[in-house]
Amino acid sequence: MESIQSSRRIMTGNEAVATGVKLSNVKVISAYPITPQTTIVEKLAEMVANGELDAKYIEVESEHSAMASVTASEITGVRSYTASSSHGILYMHENLHWASGMRVPIVMSVVNRAIGPPWSIWGEQTETFNQRDTGWLQIYCESNQEAMDSIILGYKIAENKKVLLPVMNMLDAFTLSHTSEPVDVRNLKTSYDYLGDLDLDFKLDFKNPAGYGSLVAPDGPFMEMRKDMRDSMYNASGLIKSEISNFNEVFDAELPGLTENFMMEDADYALITAGAISSTAKYTVRKLRERGQKVGLIRLYFYRPFPGEEILKAVRGLKGLGVVERNVSYGQRGPTFEDVVSALYRRADVPIRNYVVGLGGRDIRVKDYEKMFENLIEGDNDMEWINVAVR
Amino acid sequence: MYEIRFHGRGGQGAVTASKILATAAFLESKWVTSFPFFGTERRGAPVTAFTRVDDKKIELRSQIYEPDAVIVLDKSLMSIVNVTDGLKSDGVIVVNGKSGNVREAGKYRVGYVDATSIALRNGLGDPSHPIVNTAILGAFAKVSNLVSLQSIKNATSDMVPSRKKENVNAIQEAYEETEMN
Repeated sequence: MESIQSSRRIMTGNEAVATGVKLSNVKVISAYPITPQTTIVEKLAEMVANGELDAKYIEVESEHSAMASVTASEITGVRSYTASSSHGILYMHENLHWASGMRVPIVMSVVNRAIGPPWSIWGEQTETFNQRDTGWLQIYCESNQEAMDSIILGYKIAENKKVLLPVMNMLDAFTLSHTSEPVDVRNLKTSYDYLGDLDLDFKLDFKNPAGYGSLVAPDGPFMEMRKDMRDSMYNASGLIKSEISNFNEVFDAELPGLTENFMMEDADYALITAGAISSTAKYTVRKLRERGQKVGLIRLYFYRPFPGEEILKAVRGLKGLGVVERNVSYGQRGPTFEDVVSALYRRADVPIRNYVVGLGGRDIRVKDYEKMFENLIEGDNDMEWINVAVR
Repeated sequence: MYEIRFHGRGGQGAVTASKILATAAFLESKWVTSFPFFGTERRGAPVTAFTRVDDKKIELRSQIYEPDAVIVLDKSLMSIVNVTDGLKSDGVIVVNGKSGNVREAGKYRVGYVDATSIALRNGLGDPSHPIVNTAILGAFAKVSNLVSLQSIKNATSDMVPSRKKENVNAIQEAYEETEMN
């Protein structure tokens, strides 16, 4: 208890992220500030300036350049980091493909913020659901503890030679980024030993010149390289699960698997959520359980690779499943809904509904989750917008 | 679970106050969260901040709609914001001012403190921008039983970047000078 108390600190999600970067022995940071990510890079700049973190901080004029800088530094074999949000992520989009295509194991934090217009600085996850096809692994954090741990875990998984793909770590704007709560700060030496040094088989080396990302003709290995990326991501689930177990053992941590099943054992109805909005959902599930309702929650910790097998196992016996999206897609239902339906196709016989919540920072309350469960049990809409004025 | 809502204006330190209070409860081995709700981030604009305290890990992450306590750092807000909105009966309300017009004051435990004067005589801020966030917590310690005065002082010493002694003095003076109805 003594040692736990002494390592436990009150910190914001952004402070937890910056501490996770320090614990990961990152050597290059390049970023462009944007609300609500700003305090991550401010803290890192301060750590570099006062010598707490022995890294190079590259100031850039845009997010596009930030991603170009960390891709370049990482390909020389140096562990690199960046962070952004909202329009910054959209501006990076081209270089997100460059990073994954060059197979550089970068970790990036994204503080999920709505996309304008109309202008909004508040929480929503659309900007990263928009990036699901860029070849980055995606993690959605529920707490500041996870925000710190997922940086360290992210490098470990990204740098695994069977993966070699970048990792995007999400935390909800304000709900985590600016929320202070207790976090167990991991031991620096344990973390350094756990990650070791970055060891790339292929890197830019002046003594052994080689080209990266150059022209490949249609009969060249272009399609083979794409298939290798797809396979590396698609087949990473087993490896991620065992790495999470290993992480939990090394750090005495409590990360979930690819998903977390909350009160699912005998559940009749369940919701699927991702990120910090899951916490209030859990609170609601507990409350409804006390009233005798058999409800549960499946939380996505990883979204890419998509944990379809975990969801298949969890939904057995359910009478209804609601997929909650804090993002918006036009002309089709939500991306998570499509993924869940695809994963369960012809393998599970459960009615699935789709809910859209919390866009532009709209607060998500217990009564909103109660309404979703109510709709799940009694309703007949395929898609429901929660807490939205009807015009 | 005990829930506190802070009302202040940008620059007065409501967000820091919510964090200091959370830290004080954390020092007493409680689980805590504290978070701001920013409108547009600018000096003088109304700011709301929240603190939750519980004996177990806190899952609820929505804003606070039915607080156990309300702390008002700027009395002028009371004409534009219904600060007692949702406040539980027998809840605590602490106002920065010698007196005030809390609606249905009889339902609550009300504390008044002139945190602005206390801050200024301790050199915290200047007359146009007094930093009242630490003094008001001294008053809160007096009116509520949530955390001890000493824990608030300890948390403040941990968290304020400068003028630790002045802040701790302001907390003590506010505790002594708080008038309860």
